[in-house]
Amino acid sequence: MVSLSPPRQSVRPAPPPAPRRDPISRRRSRLGLVYAAPMAVLVGTLFVVPLVLMVWMSLNHWPLLGASAPNGLTNYQALGDPLFLRAVWFTLKYTAVTTVVLGLIAFGLALLVQRNRRGVGAVRAVLFLPSAVGLASTSLLFYGLFTTDSSPLNELVRLVGLGRVDWLGSTGTALGSTVAMITWRFAGFYMLILMTGLQSIDPVLYEAARIDGAGRWQTLWRVTLPLLRPTLALAMVLSLTGSLLAFDQFFILTGGRHDTATVVIDIYREAFLSQDLGRAAAVSVATLAVLIVVNVAQMRLIRREGR
Amino acid sequence: MTRTRTGAFYLTGAALAVLFLLPMLWTVFSSVRGREAASGGDGWGLANYQRLLAYGSGLGTYLTNTVVVAVVAVSVTVVTTTLGGYAMVRLPFPGRNVLFLVTLAVLMVPYTTILVPLYILLGWLGLQNSLVGLGLVLAVLQLPFGLFMMRNSFDALPAELEEAALVDGCTITGALRRVLLRGVLPGIVTVALFSFLAAWNEFVAPLIFLTDGSKFTLPVALFNLQSGSLGSVDFGALQAGVVVSALPCVAVFLVLQRYYVRGFTSGALKG
Repeated sequence: MVSLSPPRQSVRPAPPPAPRRDPISRRRSRLGLVYAAPMAVLVGTLFVVPLVLMVWMSLNHWPLLGASAPNGLTNYQALGDPLFLRAVWFTLKYTAVTTVVLGLIAFGLALLVQRNRRGVGAVRAVLFLPSAVGLASTSLLFYGLFTTDSSPLNELVRLVGLGRVDWLGSTGTALGSTVAMITWRFAGFYMLILMTGLQSIDPVLYEAARIDGAGRWQTLWRVTLPLLRPTLALAMVLSLTGSLLAFDQFFILTGGRHDTATVVIDIYREAFLSQDLGRAAAVSVATLAVLIVVNVAQMRLIRREGR
Repeated sequence: MTRTRTGAFYLTGAALAVLFLLPMLWTVFSSVRGREAASGGDGWGLANYQRLLAYGSGLGTYLTNTVVVAVVAVSVTVVTTTLGGYAMVRLPFPGRNVLFLVTLAVLMVPYTTILVPLYILLGWLGLQNSLVGLGLVLAVLQLPFGLFMMRNSFDALPAELEEAALVDGCTITGALRRVLLRGVLPGIVTVALFSFLAAWNEFVAPLIFLTDGSKFTLPVALFNLQSGSLGSVDFGALQAGVVVSALPCVAVFLVLQRYYVRGFTSGALKG
């Protein structure tokens, strides 16, 4: 190689005993601004501005059509609305069930496919395949499975001699059916995350555990799980945030009816069915505040456990 | 390991693979079963696809709309994060840490919470009911992952690569274009892949931002088909629609598998 010196010295003779910044690095910094400008403009316009606008909207009576007018904190009364509280409760229930079921299944799958051997790539690919399909498409696909009488699910039920099951009819069955669908859709995704975590554990540690006479369960509890904690935490953050913001699955599978409405469906309803954007913004502000608190708490937890 | 454990692995793996493939196979199967099948007549064929083709403003319109949104989202994401990532690593400019943090904040603020103000804002900008406007919003959502990926990609290139190009008389932009882009290509493909899938599959944003039926993207059009806004639900056409919307994703996945893993191992993926 020629030289490892900074580029300015290769282009120009030695710079004069430095003023604060030489012209070349000033030019580079100007070019940097130009290069970063498109991103700054996009993030500023379509992220920062709406964030500020949301807070402003939440303090105004803001109909879908017509003029807005300030009304203080009135919109925040939406947080006491029984329908909203019901949506919060349902969302929490859904989040808890999904995170546990999905986490356990994905962990099992990750343990199954972590070792490299013949054919394991194909198994991983098939398990991951549903993750490439959109959530809306998945919901439409399962809508057919859950509702048509000719679906294999219902034919199976008939074969066993049971009556017709209304998979999406009650709150309970709708919840169970949706969790099953979400597990199908996301298990491979979390499997891959957990698998990369498993593979980054030093094999020497397993060897040491074996020499110390640890059984398979002991190895799992004493070696694998503690070392996998950061990865598990990441997967959990993703699953929690994703489920707390669920929309597509319930909106498509059950039409977002009241007993299966999530928080985001409630926001959608306030905004575009009740046409009260101010109330919707108030609910959004509150939701966002809670999510940020949850996120910060989780980060703290991950960081502490990481040590 | 022992032969029985290997056998157990293959047995479990095969069973799981079948279980995971079944729903998709069932949909493909149902999509080519004719309408007559329900009434006991013979019925294999593309009748479902023909009805889907003629549904609403026509399948062609919805596919074109979806492609337009995806192209806008992918190209805007790739161009801005490549330039931005390069600037972050090689062209130190004032305020770059602020920009980096604000961009990463997009991850912390789930966009479903800012949909309502975005709806108003797009109206002010004259971008409501616009495929380009929708594409721009979806691009912004991909910026954190894209920036992270591209910044790391440029960071991994040896600095001498750029220096050598400059010595050879390239301008900074020339060095980026002629020499560095090849080095960060895997990063670019990964960013393009994830933003394509996200844009292609997006449901809530087009549902809210697009009001004109002829502007609908595929997921929204299929949702309308399912919710029966044009009469009773046509399950055959719906299953054909699911196949049409899932096919590009499955194809892209099969071709670009290793870039998925790249996205995962970079640890910056948001589900």
